[in-house]
Amino acid sequence: MRRVVITGLGLVTPLACGVEETWSRLLDGQSGIRPITSFDVSDLSTKYAANVPRGDGSDGTFNPDQWMEPKEQRKVDDFIVYAMAASVQAIKDAGWESPSAEEALRTGVLIGSGIGGLNGIYDASILLAEKGPRRISPFFIPGRLINLASGQVSIRYGFKGPNHSVVTACSTGAHAIGDAARLIALDDADVMVAGGTEAALGRLGIAGFAAARALSSGFTDEPHKASRPWDRDRDGFVMGEGAGIVVLEEYEHAKARGATIYGEVKGYGLSGDAYHITSPSEDGDGGYRAMQAAFKRAGMQPSDIDYVNAHGTSTPAGDEIEFGAVKRMFGNAAASVSMSSTKSSIGHLLGAAGSVEAIFCALAMRDQVAPATLNLDNPSDNVSGIDLVPHTPKRREIRAVLSNSFGFGGTNASLILAQAD
Amino acid sequence: MSDIAERVKKIVVEHLGVEEEKVVETASFIDDLGADSLDQVELVMAFEEEFGVEIPDSAAEKILTVKDAIDFIKENVA
Repeated sequence: MRRVVITGLGLVTPLACGVEETWSRLLDGQSGIRPITSFDVSDLSTKYAANVPRGDGSDGTFNPDQWMEPKEQRKVDDFIVYAMAASVQAIKDAGWESPSAEEALRTGVLIGSGIGGLNGIYDASILLAEKGPRRISPFFIPGRLINLASGQVSIRYGFKGPNHSVVTACSTGAHAIGDAARLIALDDADVMVAGGTEAALGRLGIAGFAAARALSSGFTDEPHKASRPWDRDRDGFVMGEGAGIVVLEEYEHAKARGATIYGEVKGYGLSGDAYHITSPSEDGDGGYRAMQAAFKRAGMQPSDIDYVNAHGTSTPAGDEIEFGAVKRMFGNAAASVSMSSTKSSIGHLLGAAGSVEAIFCALAMRDQVAPATLNLDNPSDNVSGIDLVPHTPKRREIRAVLSNSFGFGGTNASLILAQAD
Repeated sequence: MSDIAERVKKIVVEHLGVEEEKVVETASFIDDLGADSLDQVELVMAFEEEFGVEIPDSAAEKILTVKDAIDFIKENVA
């Protein structure tokens, strides 16, 4: 199989719009979790979230007009605008804005989303009920379909290779990168724009996740403390939004054109829990087998991994189950690895989480620093024996990284990235 | 009645994101103003909303230029 490397990065997160803007704030220990002000929360149990900071585009704020014409924005949900913004960044970073006609045939797009255009569906449903079907826009369907993020990016750049999408809840971003890497490895494409995007913050999204008893709600006075993976006072995840997009490229192709290589996609493992629609299997077996499959594909051992970016959503059950699975997987190597959950800073970006976190992993290798787990004041009794990087980032050798993502439906993905030689 | 023409042009400018100078009466939505078939459907919906008039599909199919729209509305709005 052909080798696959990462040559471009793009981020829209609750910390900032932009890769370096987000990364520097993450390492600075900043939080993207704030009181919700953009819609009414008076009757909702959760009153905070990790929203993308909007503004004129300066100081890391997100200005949609910089990424998509206002006329086009009007026709699509925010998850597509975020995907476009992160894709434009990643493609520019990779220097792949103007491939030849032949190269464009070998360039594909694989962007997924966990939920897609929830807010647009909500608005259109109300319009349908109040004013009838003749008021429904012809752009309603193409502006909400999840694969239209891939479609819009391909249209903008003329990328005519594989055009695909992933919908696996909170594993979406990781599956998108893993599947896209396979398309390159199997010679279906030379370059793939891949990742996840999400913009489901709204009354309906909050109400739905709150009803599933998944959301944190007890930190209204101090939202920045709400996401606290492995801490004994954690009470659920904090809903986030944003997008993380990478440019993946066949290794020799990247080397031949002198592209910057952030790392190699060495391993990708998938598994199913076959257990429950929202809860992970209690023995952590699904996550364990996803990691095991990634190691098998990578031809690597746990002792080769220096940093694990955990799924670690800050839910009472999930954090400890994942911890147990990692400990079992790593065995003696658990003592030397550092593991953190960056969701402590940016919340849970659902379908974008896996790709945003893979980007953090690539940057951790570049800068040889493991980002911190914020708010880990009092670790639960069951989490000892692995360095969880509490409060502040840790400078250390990072040769290879593992990133876990687990989603509703019992869908698991693990990615292993390593420094490319 | 010139008011109708101005209101039609304003809707076209907003929905198609084109410059006002380009929205002349002879301009074709698709050939001159960059609209596609979906844009055209949405434009007709916007005219219906603005002028409180129902434009049946058979009539909408014949509204291809700015002038077509103005003429239809003049004839059908009381």
